[in-house]
Amino acid sequence: MFVNACFSCTGQREFYNDARGQSVSIEFLHAYILGNYRRLYARTLAAGINHFNQAQIILNLLATGKQTPAGDRREEGALIAASLRSLPPQRAFRVLELLRERRINNRRARAIAREYLEGREEPSFDAVKYRAKLRASVAHGHLKLAGELNAFLFHGWRKRVFKTPLLETFRRAHYQQAALFELPFTIAEGLAVKHGIPRDVFLERIEPRLTVGERLRLQGAAARQEGAIAIDLGNAPLTKLALYLLSMKPETRRERHAELHAALERAATRTLRRGTVPLGRVAAVLDNSYSASGSTEKRRRPLGVALAAHYLLSSMAREYRAFWTSPPESPLLVGARGQTDLASPLLDALEWGAELVVIVSDGYDNDPPHAVAELTRVFRTKLDPSRRTTLIHVNPVFASDLYAPRALGAYVPTVGVRDAEDLPTVLGFARFAEGAAPLSELEDYLAARVRRLLERGRRAAEPGVSPVEDEATLDAGEDA
Amino acid sequence: MKAKVSVTNIVPTGLRLAPSQVWGTLRLVPVLRDEVRGDLRFAQRSYDDDLTLVSLKGGLKEPGLKYLSYVPHGLVMSWEGRHAEAVVGTQLQKPEGKALKVGPHTLRLMHRMVRREEKNRLRMLPLHLAMEGFLSLHFGGPEVAWAEYSREALSHGLDPRTEWSVPGWANPLFDEALRVFEIHERQVGVLLFHADLLLSAFIVSHPEDYRALHRTLLEDFYGELLLQYGFLDSAASLESPIDERRVSSLGELRAAVGRMREDWAEFQGFMAGGLFGAEVWATSVYGAGPFHLQRFVTGLQVSEENHIGEWVTRQDGTLEYLRTYRLSAAQTRRAYLLKQLALADWNLDRAAEALKTTRAELILRLRNAGFGYLLKDSVK
Repeated sequence: MFVNACFSCTGQREFYNDARGQSVSIEFLHAYILGNYRRLYARTLAAGINHFNQAQIILNLLATGKQTPAGDRREEGALIAASLRSLPPQRAFRVLELLRERRINNRRARAIAREYLEGREEPSFDAVKYRAKLRASVAHGHLKLAGELNAFLFHGWRKRVFKTPLLETFRRAHYQQAALFELPFTIAEGLAVKHGIPRDVFLERIEPRLTVGERLRLQGAAARQEGAIAIDLGNAPLTKLALYLLSMKPETRRERHAELHAALERAATRTLRRGTVPLGRVAAVLDNSYSASGSTEKRRRPLGVALAAHYLLSSMAREYRAFWTSPPESPLLVGARGQTDLASPLLDALEWGAELVVIVSDGYDNDPPHAVAELTRVFRTKLDPSRRTTLIHVNPVFASDLYAPRALGAYVPTVGVRDAEDLPTVLGFARFAEGAAPLSELEDYLAARVRRLLERGRRAAEPGVSPVEDEATLDAGEDA
Repeated sequence: MKAKVSVTNIVPTGLRLAPSQVWGTLRLVPVLRDEVRGDLRFAQRSYDDDLTLVSLKGGLKEPGLKYLSYVPHGLVMSWEGRHAEAVVGTQLQKPEGKALKVGPHTLRLMHRMVRREEKNRLRMLPLHLAMEGFLSLHFGGPEVAWAEYSREALSHGLDPRTEWSVPGWANPLFDEALRVFEIHERQVGVLLFHADLLLSAFIVSHPEDYRALHRTLLEDFYGELLLQYGFLDSAASLESPIDERRVSSLGELRAAVGRMREDWAEFQGFMAGGLFGAEVWATSVYGAGPFHLQRFVTGLQVSEENHIGEWVTRQDGTLEYLRTYRLSAAQTRRAYLLKQLALADWNLDRAAEALKTTRAELILRLRNAGFGYLLKDSVK
């Protein structure tokens, strides 16, 4: 259940539940698992859960290092270091900053922070882009950084001259407009306001510096300003791309149909290159009812996940068919509308003779209510007791009142996902979510994943044992 | 002035119910229409004044019968014209009536509850139309000058008669329920149950209009039950299980799910039995082409649920528009007493006899219901 929650909950508002309930609920879960199943808790880091929960786990583990059993210290330290490295930089730096806010300052936390910063490839870029966070963490841990970084962080552009090119650019940008366009977008944005550069001019000149995520985000703003930002649809991650396409007007989607379709297919194939199991005859039951529109904080996310899952499954499966709750003209033109009638598409899928049925839905089933629960009960007990057909419910929405993604009755295992990219991992977890497999099996499964993660991490870092593990073993007991 | 009253009943011709969606104590039942003809459209017109004064008789600023209430929006009904489709939400709005400033508040003066604006267009104030009809029921007071009635009652009738109601937004749960409600493709209306009591029904002619008007339900007014039952836990989740012994193939399973859906519609139809099929006393308000606008009051039996409202039918009997308000128990009691008095020609003894009670008892009931001002102080 906890792992499940970690896949879907981000402490944000959902269609049916508000943000406050979400954060209370997930905090309780974290505290509970940390208190009772500490090893499992640490190993969840390797399970492919979402970044929000990874960050939470890292912080909670670092805050309570004293309680780690001696035998687990080494593994825990290594896990923390490895998953911190795998987080996107803004998330990782936020974790370091939170260490200060939550007054966590033991030797292990300091060592982890130091090792993370030493492992970064472009420290000067980090220093410019995540200046406040880096500064907080350096001051908090009394760290010494290489080169001019300490001086940069604490004196900034007031120092006369820097030898590192990027830092020098940052300093010059405070006095000179032209230098500003060589900075990362988010930094330049603030300085542009200071220099009074008009927004359209700024967007036009900063364009080459934008990252993929920033490009997607700025599309709307650019369209309003009448300046287009060239976007390479080939590079964005699958779910993000799906969400971006759904944010387009239906007419635009219709006009550029072939192009967008190809982009989604490419993104799906790219996701699968990371290795996955090939599937046989697969049917997807996709929920595009009104509740798939998500909330103001997670706009159209359930629908985006459904669309992305559609493309992902179609490239994973030998034979594939999609069954939407209200069938759109084409998957790309899908919109969130109407009631949730999951029973009819599910029946269609079963009649088609699928081996695996993946239901992507928020778990609210209202036409008629509980129809899927009843249908699957009868199907399991009467029509298919030998389980020739596998049913899996994939839920992108965390229901705070249940401490888990909402289920569709007891006969379909429910797993939470945040991105459709998690699907291959999640299909592996489905067995545990059903509650059929015992805890020990889950622990073994996680242990295997932990080994893989650590091996990957070791290969990525320099050869030999990283210093953190030793220190973590020695000093995990010391708390601030 | 007495409008012609006919006894009839509201039949949901051409409509079908879908399984309900529950949010807390509220149960919203979608009403679907399979055949949409599209020649009758409704659109919202909002007024954001604090108070609205509607002249029922006489000119805007002349003395006459007035109706005073908070009216957040009106409904514009257009029919048959070639431009019926284009009219909805597209035309520029000319400010209607007259707005006055009264201190920090604004007061709007309007003409009539229902007003024809163009050849094929009618503006009405939904529910207020029915409420006004309800208030004016036996409004004139005693017609024979019986000795018991006060001078006030004899010369002015029940003037002014007031009732109160609860706006939809008084219950935060309702806002939430409307937000998460998933509107069906062919949905034209909704039955609103609170703690499984029918509170209100709202049906229009075209699904797109319903989609546009869905949120206005929040501004409408409802009986006190909306607040009264606000503290109950949640509506029971009703289940209709599939009998697995009768299923041996996927086809039969599909049929079973279909049956489940029908069970729901039937059951909810049964729950709404106090409105659909019950006898109502209807007054004709307007004939608009093939459409007929009426307002109604149900039987006013104290022991039963009672609704007031208005509805539009097509010549062939199809129900095209319906909006209802559930009277609270106290409102029903007041209306019932007035009705009994009117039936007995306002003679207290005869009315008491009809109610199978004593004269003293009746007087007490009248005073308790808030009609003490009708009687002379000396009457005991």
